[in-house]
Amino acid sequence: MNGLNGIGLVVEDRRSEPTEWGNAMPILHEIRHGLRRLNETDEPTLIDLHALPFGPGDEERLLALLGRGEVEAQIDALGPTRVWESAFPGVWLVDHRNAEDERLALHIEISRVPEILGSQSEDIADAIVRLDARIADHTGAL
Amino acid sequence: MAASKTLGESLREHGVSRRGFLKFCAATASMMALPPSMGPVIAAALEKARRPSVIWLSFQECTGCTESLTRSHSPTVEDLIFDVISLDYHHTLQVAAGAQAEAAREQAMKENHGEYLLVVDGSLPGPNMNPGYSTIAGISNYEMLKEAVAGAKAIVAVGTCAAFGGLPAAAPNPTGAVSVLDIVKDKPVINVPGCPPVPMVITGVLAQYLVFGKLPELDEYHRPKAFFGQSIHDRCYRRPFYDKGLFAESFDDEGARKGWCLYRLGCKGPSTYNACATMRWNSGTSWPVESGHPCLGCSEPKFWDAGGFYVPLSAPLGSPGSTLLAAGVTGAVVGGVAAALAKKRATTAAAEREPVTVEELEQKL
Repeated sequence: MNGLNGIGLVVEDRRSEPTEWGNAMPILHEIRHGLRRLNETDEPTLIDLHALPFGPGDEERLLALLGRGEVEAQIDALGPTRVWESAFPGVWLVDHRNAEDERLALHIEISRVPEILGSQSEDIADAIVRLDARIADHTGAL
Repeated sequence: MAASKTLGESLREHGVSRRGFLKFCAATASMMALPPSMGPVIAAALEKARRPSVIWLSFQECTGCTESLTRSHSPTVEDLIFDVISLDYHHTLQVAAGAQAEAAREQAMKENHGEYLLVVDGSLPGPNMNPGYSTIAGISNYEMLKEAVAGAKAIVAVGTCAAFGGLPAAAPNPTGAVSVLDIVKDKPVINVPGCPPVPMVITGVLAQYLVFGKLPELDEYHRPKAFFGQSIHDRCYRRPFYDKGLFAESFDDEGARKGWCLYRLGCKGPSTYNACATMRWNSGTSWPVESGHPCLGCSEPKFWDAGGFYVPLSAPLGSPGSTLLAAGVTGAVVGGVAAALAKKRATTAAAEREPVTVEELEQKL
């Protein structure tokens, strides 16, 4: 045995593997329905990609078909959440990750702005209290 | 012990923002196999939810179910779930051992009588069998289960052993192993089978109980429909190949390399109800069929005795596989017939259970 060369390995031609499982296109149609609904009635749609029976490569193919648009954002709350608009305005990808950067959920959100990007009412109320305290501290220091 | 704080209060105390909470709820909805639009409903329910006390008993088991639970990616929703339930007894995970551990169990049972959630993994020797086959702290599994069930609000049987008897109950079933449901008749029992179950399914069922405070909708085998409502076959990404009649005939042929359907290699997907095809394993990386191996049907009753793992479903019981039906032609109908056949086999296996004594086993050896 002289290292790896001594082990009988057969390297298969990956080009012989299937690259099209056919699971991306139906989602594109679902997205189109959602986009039309958003345009006509302003009703948002959420699609949970984590719950779909994708084969290897299906998700990559879907994301490649959707492309990337003008907006990207990252939220730091219980680990990173990356949000980006696809090449189709109104179609957003929301990628929830934990602190180890492992995926918790991947959503397609069809809306004007993903809900998680907006400041939340409870946090705004808390912000007033904290800002008052900051002002008081600052005033006291003068 | 179960705390009086709500989950919302507990998370805020840990510095989790409302945005973080929304993210937690979105991931929880995904974990519970609910539509993502349920996120706000979950947020409203979790805001008010209180930590339930959970007592986890392990009987005749291999600890694979606990391994599955703890191997889920960390820190994540599961950890938060375990921050927000009060796991008062789990003899593998808890620090205490011996008399202190048993004291913790008794104290939790007393303080939360009528309210705690009892989780069981592993089967147990039946009431008429020698109790010495499996004991904890000198107490037989049967006695410990009966005592714990008396004060439980509901019981979750985790893993195929607890749900259906599993490997210990496989022929010839030397310990006379039975499932939790064979013993418990007067309390609600949720079965979460799998060998082991998908981690997110275990935590998903606990989360569902926490969020909605009631038992989920169950199928005829007491499995939550949210996770066990669809067959592996119906959710399999290789299903289009089955419909086209394209099958792998061996593990190294062209069909196997091209990722065709594994039905003829013994895949039990058509008769198996579980969430592997969508939730996957190892942080959502893959699952057996995606790795090129047929589904063993581990979440179904008597799967050890239901024919060979590599015998196709449509082959008659005991056949080496020479009388295969042309599955691709008959399509989904075969799946239904195969499921019925598998159920019949499971019933037959149950009827033919042959308990043996240790002496008999030793003679055979």
